[in-house]
Amino acid sequence: MRNFAYRRAGSVDDARRAAAEAGAMLLAGGTTLLDLAKCGVAAPETVVDITHLRGLDTIAHDPSGVTIGALAKMSAVATDRGICAHYPAVSEALWQAASAQLRNMATIGGNLMQRTRCAYFRDPVAFPACNKRNPGSGCAAIGGVTRNHAVLGTSQSCIATNPGDLAVALVALDAEIVLGERRVAADAFFLLPGATPQREHAIEPGEIITAIRIPVSAAACNSTYLKVRGRQSYEFAAASAAVGMEFEADGRTIRDIRVALGGVATKPWRVHAVEAVLKGQELSPEAIDRAAALATEGAVIHGDNRTKISLVQRVVARAIINRKPRGIA
Amino acid sequence: MPNAAISLRLQINGHLHDLTVEPRVTLLDALREQFGLTGTKKGCDQGQCGACTVHVDGQRVLACLTLAAQVEGRTVTTIEGLGEEALHPVQAAFLEHDAFQCGYCTPGQIMSAVACIREGHAGTDDEIREYMSGNLCRCGAYPNIVAAIRQAAEASR
Ligand SMILES: Cc1cc2nc3c(=O)[nH]c(=O)nc-3n(C[C@H](O)[C@H](O)[C@H](O)COP(=O)(O)OP(=O)(O)OC[C@H]3O[C@@H](n4cnc5c(N)ncnc54)[C@H](O)[C@@H]3O)c2cc1C
Ligand code: SF4
Ligand code: FES
Ligand code: FES
Repeated sequence: MRNFAYRRAGSVDDARRAAAEAGAMLLAGGTTLLDLAKCGVAAPETVVDITHLRGLDTIAHDPSGVTIGALAKMSAVATDRGICAHYPAVSEALWQAASAQLRNMATIGGNLMQRTRCAYFRDPVAFPACNKRNPGSGCAAIGGVTRNHAVLGTSQSCIATNPGDLAVALVALDAEIVLGERRVAADAFFLLPGATPQREHAIEPGEIITAIRIPVSAAACNSTYLKVRGRQSYEFAAASAAVGMEFEADGRTIRDIRVALGGVATKPWRVHAVEAVLKGQELSPEAIDRAAALATEGAVIHGDNRTKISLVQRVVARAIINRKPRGIA
Repeated sequence: MPNAAISLRLQINGHLHDLTVEPRVTLLDALREQFGLTGTKKGCDQGQCGACTVHVDGQRVLACLTLAAQVEGRTVTTIEGLGEEALHPVQAAFLEHDAFQCGYCTPGQIMSAVACIREGHAGTDDEIREYMSGNLCRCGAYPNIVAAIRQAAEASR
């Protein structure tokens, strides 16, 4: 890891100013930044520690939603009573991510900014070609080992999967990312790679994430996050789904449904097509199967990642079944 | 020189220590190389194995992904500080259950287990497995590790 200067931000404004300087990077939990610095992917000249800033780690519930400070730890949010009661998909996405130690370190703001786990991206010495790391250098993954690469939202420049779990739940629940004065819908915060895979988030130099805001909804109250991976725990998603559903008084007709996918796309992937065919319908095994098949509309396969297609369809179906009212076939 | 060494005062196992290090020095390297506290192990150095688990302000964290500079003003506990007089009950349970083979992962397992029990995440074997999944054991001593933690958790109730 290349050496850098270290300083502590004294205030949010100080952090903003410092982060706008060339070569400076914010340090929150450090679990992405220091990892990538060790890989030789990140080489900050100055590291600006924001973990000593006060008042940015609160979880504040009100009747219309919850505001979670950017410095709240993953572990604190995962176990917050209000989060578990009103936004269970958020809690489930968090406690199934990383490990207990990492969740005690990692912050909500840093979590949204985590980078891809594409093995080519993480190894600059062995694989110089990576458009995300070095725009215009090519993509070592295309034609390589692609088991973990995305099938949705890819471009000719980059097929890297967005690895985050929390972000999938946030996109499903229509959360907003608060950047000080400005707010961005979670879905719009994560960018498609297109021809500029180096740009992953709708955040400008000099901006920092101060909070996330999740609105209350019946679908959020009845939500879940299902994560399937290569080992039972402590692994990134091979495929995952955040699902939230609200039913009509009859207990079987779907009034509102939200579905987003993880582990299979270049950004957290909301699937409006799945939602549209189920809305107003009675839940049945046939309806679920028909809807789940739409989850991978537009998918592009690159070699080994073919398995993600059927996998994520089944994950969507299973997540819906897990949230259906008791007594429905 | 912006990247010149910085002076830090750290509280480790109840004692204050002054040290001067480059900003990039991790808590793990500071513990092992500056303070000779080699009980905290370096496995992967990238957050993937848990061998470097220590407590910061009573919470289990990974020393390999923490800068020494980040813990100034916080309290750090390592395996050396766990049971100063007698063995900590979790250490004793690991001995009783033979919960190791080579022992390399053991300090990290024990630091993690102490926190796991304190967090209330050691209620069932499945819960122990889930909340201890950040500590890998290359020797595969997992069944005995789970048994040791289960016993220590029951004893602490
Ligand atoms: C072994 C391992 C396994 C993991 N498994 C999972 C998993 O299964 N699921 C999952 O979702 N994640 C997983 N992660 C990723 C982990 O969740 C992220 O590393 C973590 O959430 C990042 O948060 P942090 O606070 O440590 O960020 P940092 O490393 O401090 O920062 C990350 C980036 O965000 C920037 N940043 C930080 N805070 C802000 C802010 N407030 N505003 C703007 N920019 C900011 C930093 O400058 C940096 O570029 C894993 C990580 C490791 C090492
Ligand atoms: S998939 Fe994206 S991140 Fe991976 S090597 Fe190609 S350009 Fe780089
Ligand atoms: S050495 Fe820190 S997690 Fe492996
Ligand atoms: S006892 Fe050898 S690695 Fe766990």
